[in-house]
Amino acid sequence: MKPAPFDYVRAMHTDQALELLASAGDESKLLAGGQSLIPMLNFRLARPALLIDIGRIGELAYITRQDGTLRIGATTRQAQLERSKLVGEGWPLLARAIGWVAHPQIRSVGTVGGSVAHADPAAELPVACSVLEARMTVAGRSGKREISADDFFVTHLTSAIEADEMLLEIAIPAAPDGAGQSFVEYSRRHGDFALGGAAVVMPLDAEGRCAGVRITLMTAAPVPWRARTAEKLLEGSAPELAMLSAAAEAAASEINPTGDIHGDSSYRKALARTLCLQALTEAAATATPPNATGMDQ
Amino acid sequence: MTHSTITIEINDRAYSADVEPRRLLSDFIREDAGLTGTHVGCEHGVCGACTVQLDGAPVRSCLMLAIQADGRSVRTVEGLADDAGLHPLQQAFLDAHGLQCGYCTPGFLMSLEPYIRDADAISEQGIREAISGNICRCTGYQSIVDAVQLAAEKMRLQEDG
Ligand SMILES: Cc1cc2nc3c(=O)[nH]c(=O)nc-3n(C[C@H](O)[C@H](O)[C@H](O)COP(=O)(O)OP(=O)(O)OC[C@H]3O[C@@H](n4cnc5c(N)ncnc54)[C@H](O)[C@@H]3O)c2cc1C
Ligand code: FES
Ligand code: FES
Repeated sequence: MKPAPFDYVRAMHTDQALELLASAGDESKLLAGGQSLIPMLNFRLARPALLIDIGRIGELAYITRQDGTLRIGATTRQAQLERSKLVGEGWPLLARAIGWVAHPQIRSVGTVGGSVAHADPAAELPVACSVLEARMTVAGRSGKREISADDFFVTHLTSAIEADEMLLEIAIPAAPDGAGQSFVEYSRRHGDFALGGAAVVMPLDAEGRCAGVRITLMTAAPVPWRARTAEKLLEGSAPELAMLSAAAEAAASEINPTGDIHGDSSYRKALARTLCLQALTEAAATATPPNATGMDQ
Repeated sequence: MTHSTITIEINDRAYSADVEPRRLLSDFIREDAGLTGTHVGCEHGVCGACTVQLDGAPVRSCLMLAIQADGRSVRTVEGLADDAGLHPLQQAFLDAHGLQCGYCTPGFLMSLEPYIRDADAISEQGIREAISGNICRCTGYQSIVDAVQLAAEKMRLQEDG
């Protein structure tokens, strides 16, 4: 229950971290908040030769809005995101998601970038990134590149970040005007990793029909899972209960979640259907057609 | 592996030691600083027994390397009482039976003290959220919630004079 020996170096700037990464090679690992990495070190599931501590890089700790897009620096603490007015007002789905992440003692140290880079399909922030179609900026020896959420999450605990690269920023566009939004999950105790969850963004057209609904399921697959068949099914329909139920059914029928001691696969599938319907219903209740006056409702 | 000398301020006193990078903050506090009020249960972040405050915010000391806290300020359960006696929260735990074996207590106190300090209003739900990351095998939590409500009441009375 103690980590195996390693060397440690603290980077104070992004450039310094990138240089260290480039020269250290595969044996090194970035340490941000350590709230996922240190348990793995304590269990000796991870045995890096060198830890590069990026937790104190101040220039990557920011939350700003630019042209309707939310930009979050990788070393921003989860607690900072939770308290952000900007997020609460403009990105309600993200605000809902962050409240479900772990416990206050973990959010005070854990970073937004660390949670996204860790790519756990049972984690809330990757699901929010998927459904809000976030774009991640990573940098490495060969310069900077931007990766869409779809391409970023590769499989269980694996992202598209290369060994010599580092995640710098997460850019989250605002949901379309009037779109309904919802994030729901179920866990045995608040703060535990979820047994299931669903996030929905539901834009409507002028006639009040679904136009570009997005659905992402949590813990359903090795990555945050976009339920595209269900999304297509809803396209052009009014979000009425029968339609939403059919969509939730379609979403759940396509997944094959891994069972464990907390719930077997069929339980998790049934839970995914229930939560998906709950998220769809909630999103539908808050969705308004563009330029709705409120008079014609 | 390279050792380095680090200095961490704990309860307003500076402690220096020559440590390996893998030294956990919990071990630094207990073994290098000799402050054994901070307890260690699981050592992988799930029980909350090791909770201390880093620059005022509750953190798990078993999920932080001592070297990450180099130059920063930590507060442990030993920092709660002062010359006048126990902190009102500690006194309330005593009065409302918020502890039995006491193993979990330092972690609960260090998680709850920032909550009662900063919350606009104390509510049962707020208390339960503040301690969601702390496990107690004895009390069933209700007496802990009662203790926090008692402490909050007393502290409010004190403020009102
Ligand atoms: C008891 C407990 C309960 C938890 N419950 C939840 C939960 O319910 N939901 C949830 O989502 N999370 C939960 N977590 C995990 C927590 O949210 C972590 O904070 C988060 O997953 C990782 O963030 P970190 O900053 O601590 O990253 P670290 O632990 O430092 O790093 C995690 C991984 O990401 C890599 N990394 C970090 N930053 C970067 C970067 N900028 N670029 C490239 N790679 C990087 C690291 O090398 C490492 O591989 C829980 C943790 C614990 C201990
Ligand atoms: S000992 Fe740190 S959380 Fe259990
Ligand atoms: S009092 Fe015994 S574990 Fe809480």
